[in-house]
Amino acid sequence: MADKKKMESTFFNMVIVLTAIALVSSLALGFTYINTKDAIAAVQLKKTLDGIKEVLPEFDNNPYESKYNVEGFEGVEFYPAKVGEDYIGTAVKTFAKGFTEDVIIMVGFDKDGKIVNTSVIQHKETPGLGSKMSTPKFKDQFMGKLPSLENGIKVTKDKGEIDAISAATISSRAFCEAVTRGYKGLIKGGKK
Amino acid sequence: MEYLIIIIGAIFVNNIVLVQFLGICPFLGVSTKISTATGMSAAVMFVMTLATIVTYLAQTLILDPLHIEFMRTVTFILVIAALVQMVELIMKKVSPPLYQALGVFLPLITTNCAIMGVAILVIKKDFGLAESVVFAIATAIGFAIALIVFAGIREKLDLLDVPEAMKGAPIALITAGLLSLAFMGFSGMV
Amino acid sequence: MKIGKEFYRGFIKENPVFVLLLGMCPTLGVTGTAVNGLGMGLATTAVLIGSNMVISLLKNLIPEKVRIPVFIVVIASFVTIIELTMAAYLPDLNDQLGLFIPLIVVNCIILGRAEAFASKNGVGASILDGVVMGLGFAFALTLLGSVREILGFGSIFGIKFVAEEASTMLLFILPPGAFISLGILTAAINKLSMKKG
Repeated sequence: MADKKKMESTFFNMVIVLTAIALVSSLALGFTYINTKDAIAAVQLKKTLDGIKEVLPEFDNNPYESKYNVEGFEGVEFYPAKVGEDYIGTAVKTFAKGFTEDVIIMVGFDKDGKIVNTSVIQHKETPGLGSKMSTPKFKDQFMGKLPSLENGIKVTKDKGEIDAISAATISSRAFCEAVTRGYKGLIKGGKK
Repeated sequence: MEYLIIIIGAIFVNNIVLVQFLGICPFLGVSTKISTATGMSAAVMFVMTLATIVTYLAQTLILDPLHIEFMRTVTFILVIAALVQMVELIMKKVSPPLYQALGVFLPLITTNCAIMGVAILVIKKDFGLAESVVFAIATAIGFAIALIVFAGIREKLDLLDVPEAMKGAPIALITAGLLSLAFMGFSGMV
Repeated sequence: MKIGKEFYRGFIKENPVFVLLLGMCPTLGVTGTAVNGLGMGLATTAVLIGSNMVISLLKNLIPEKVRIPVFIVVIASFVTIIELTMAAYLPDLNDQLGLFIPLIVVNCIILGRAEAFASKNGVGASILDGVVMGLGFAFALTLLGSVREILGFGSIFGIKFVAEEASTMLLFILPPGAFISLGILTAAINKLSMKKG
């Protein structure tokens, strides 16, 4: 069916064809990248903002812009929220090692350091067991609790006050550890 | 200690084949005899370690400084394909016995997603060069263990009277499922 | 009727997953739910159609000896385009599928169709081949995803049909369940085709 003969495999032809293909491909990808770059950044921003909104009462500043970090708490991010000039609380993006990989959560603390709400951002825990950490039954236990300065917050097995998810103690512990880390960072950094 | 966690994690807990589902094609394809399984494992270990080093350098020396991380997929697959070809040529020239042993497996390795998968994973996990190399070797050992154990079971399986419709792929998949179930016992260890 | 026959070929007779056992990694890796299976299948279909089209257009311009590298560049470019587009417009699905999106590039189905079909046939036929084979792949993934989701979560396409607290067969969501479900599905398909002929 092909009338024309195939391009011969001379050195010259091979170099030209490969170069041309690489060039066209890079152009196409560069073009796609430039066109999707802003959308991808916007998606990331929206995800973080949605997380912040979920764990804090209403605010009217942009916590994302006043994000800060605290020394000794690498990987933990703090997003202070305000209504007008009044500080109302901080959303903390924090993490701990879970059953398989890091569990990343957002915790909202009000201006007294009490937990407003929590929200799971990312986890790879066992489906149906550890993954229950995002159900209200588990995470609503944290609402209104004030972690202690030395011990943070713990599951009942560790003499704490949180009922662990059945058959998923490690995941529950990781969640508590993440909350504790966020709280300690918040106290050390001084509420802003 | 950190390296030990990486090693145990990559070999047992997050076994590349049985838990992460990478490199399934060779896992099902060349697991009928223990001898071929061993050859394939050796070839994978060699290429995986080399490919991880080269792609890691490509990422940190070329893609990152130029801010063209989006070219990663294209770059990595080309680097891996070229590397496999080069290894094949060099091996043929330098060590014919080694080529005899591993040569037939090399062309299959370019499309082995475990190689590409590990190359991307070390970037996503933010590993340094040394950690990446350790991770690649440990992953390859995990691949080898899964493949060789599986080949051993399949050799025995040949002697059994399996229902007609279950012969071949179906029974192999179910066996792999049981093996994967056994590896689930390691989860949560690190 | 030819189109109907083509679809029969892609979905059943030469189904890339159940019959040819190609593209096993994503098949097992992302089929925890029906939606993920479908999403992965459609992403792969998009790449397959694109690469089949471009390769059949270029087939007379590619010197024989460098055809594989050229195929790889074409495929990898389409994969990256899909990857970036998904990150921008379908971020949740993109997070779920994770590593398996860039790994479409090493899916043997795509290189296989480029080599066996697109590099020898016209543009129209190659696009049709891409559609048929891609959808056959998507069908297999969705089927497997549905089976695992029904058994493992008691839901289908995210709609739960058992009580919230009911214990479901979690095994089917976990890695071993992927192997076992696919094994039983392929056995069932073998049985069916044995009866037929």
